[in-house]
Amino acid sequence: MPRLASPRTFLKVFIALLALTALTTGAAFVPLGPFNDAVALLIAASKATLVVLFFMNVRYSSRLTWAFAVAGFCWLAVLLGLSATDFFTRHWIPSPSAFPWR
Amino acid sequence: MSTHPHLHRDDPKDYLHCEYGIRSWLFTTDHKRIAILYLVSITLMFFVGGAFATLVRLELITPQSDLLQPETYNRMFTMHGIVMVWFFLIPSIPAVLGNFLIPMMVGARDLAFPRINLLSWWLFTASGVFVLITIFIGGVDTGWTFYTPFSTFYSNSYAVAAALAIFINGFSTILTGLNFIVTVHTMRAPGMTWLRLPLFVWSNYATAVIMVLATPVLAITLLLVGIERVFRVGIFDPALGGDPILFQHLFWFYSHPAVYIMILPGMGVVSELVTAFSRKRIFGYHFVAFASMAIALFGFLVWGHHLFVSGQSLYAGLVFSLLSYLVAVPSAIKVFNWTATLYKGSVLLATPMLYALAFIGLFTMGGLTGLFVAALGVDVHVHDTYFVVAHFHYIMVGGMVTAYMGGLHFWWPKISGRMYPEGWAKIAAGLIFFGFNLTFFPQFVLGYLGMPRRYATYPPEFQVWNVLSTAGASILAVGYVVPLFYLFWSMRYGKIAPRNPWRASGLEWEEADSPPIKHNFEEVPTVTKEAYHYHEGVRLG
Ligand SMILES: [Cu+2]
Repeated sequence: MPRLASPRTFLKVFIALLALTALTTGAAFVPLGPFNDAVALLIAASKATLVVLFFMNVRYSSRLTWAFAVAGFCWLAVLLGLSATDFFTRHWIPSPSAFPWR
Repeated sequence: MSTHPHLHRDDPKDYLHCEYGIRSWLFTTDHKRIAILYLVSITLMFFVGGAFATLVRLELITPQSDLLQPETYNRMFTMHGIVMVWFFLIPSIPAVLGNFLIPMMVGARDLAFPRINLLSWWLFTASGVFVLITIFIGGVDTGWTFYTPFSTFYSNSYAVAAALAIFINGFSTILTGLNFIVTVHTMRAPGMTWLRLPLFVWSNYATAVIMVLATPVLAITLLLVGIERVFRVGIFDPALGGDPILFQHLFWFYSHPAVYIMILPGMGVVSELVTAFSRKRIFGYHFVAFASMAIALFGFLVWGHHLFVSGQSLYAGLVFSLLSYLVAVPSAIKVFNWTATLYKGSVLLATPMLYALAFIGLFTMGGLTGLFVAALGVDVHVHDTYFVVAHFHYIMVGGMVTAYMGGLHFWWPKISGRMYPEGWAKIAAGLIFFGFNLTFFPQFVLGYLGMPRRYATYPPEFQVWNVLSTAGASILAVGYVVPLFYLFWSMRYGKIAPRNPWRASGLEWEEADSPPIKHNFEEVPTVTKEAYHYHEGVRLG
């Protein structure tokens, strides 16, 4: 069996997650325009990383497990990246079907 | 760590007769018995989905809506799609044949997680009960695609109940996929290297990767649909500040790869059948194996071809159209390699081989018309018409169901210990091939002429083609019912099957009894040969 993180580490990670949650809430009250979303996503991503590494025990697992965990993120990048080819280019070539509800 | 430390060598009984009673089936962790549980469940669902298809085809005999109200018709084709996609096609080959065969093909005594395998079937059953309840309280009318904002606001049907059923069903798929991946990585017998794996294992491995990576996105998307419908949180509905095309991106990020969940295992079956009945090693093993992985990968990059006329940007449409052509390459590699395998083989036209040959032809037609609809310009003409319906039925029914039938017949001696009646089986295969083409070829014509899908009525000039299609469907239905009878019959009266009736290569034929003992092999085999060693002779008994 792969070894587990110590209870102390779990506690530290838990506190870090709580702190990041508080940070998300706090950052939402600071007017940053479009960067509010970016900050929120960045914090969320770091929280997810902590969960994957410690609570899901990937940090102490085999390289094969790492490969599969990383693959998950690559696929997320594909989902976001190729969707972005639509969202960020809708105004490039105006077409009557681009915004049917406008 | 061995899952089965104690083997009862003194107990020679096969897996069907080693234990009795309903509990020994419903709580079994034997991958072979779970495969049988899946076989029973999905056969039931196939005929439920088929009943809806029957009603749809009957309604379309006449141009007016006379048998069904348009509202009812919408529910019929929706329930047909939902039941067939998630409750038959997705689990069909992986959960039945894959469950039964993958451990034996890699030389293992079971899957890596036998109890998770059982959990997977129970989740499937729970979701099946849920979908049947949804049908009885009134069904859904959104189409199997749940497009927003119709599904989240305007539809007066049970969208949340259906979404919940599919949500639960998704976890069953994920667990099956996970089990296959871990099994192939960790449970291979000594000497069973990756490049000695049968191509059925390769294609199911590729399928399992898609299951694990795509299905969670469907689960999240359906959850969001539920949240928007119940709590009116704006995610997809433009009236609430959402983006309806976002739904389509998320949905098709799952559902295009899901097409490969449905077809890749079929390709795996056909690879086995073509070699076994040509008595030749497969042409280009590496290409066929890696083509499966390439299809799994490319399948994730093309979903936007479903959004060409949905308001997706033209630039994105161009990108997705180009990427879609990529998938044709590995698919064509497979078709060419199967054909090359036939060349100079000693071909035996037994029923499974008839299905395999039908698959190659029908899948090619489905695949080539896929290139039509992947072309931006042509798609504007045929989008949402019967051309698309015909295209994907050539893949799903002409491809996947045909491969499933071929595989079921091929491994039936191994599963049941009995031979099926060859004469009846050939008649059924012929009925299916003829009925299928008569059902769906006219739909290509209808679509090209401009008949839109998902309407209960149509202009009278389309009636001839629709009557032909319905006539074909009735033949197809007979073709599917006949095997139900003779396979049941054969379990009692069929000829006792020898260990390797097809003189085929593979651990399941050469090393395991028909039907296999509970733990598959007397001793875990050591593999010393490549997968299709027909040129070196195969072990018969
Ligand atoms: Cu697609």
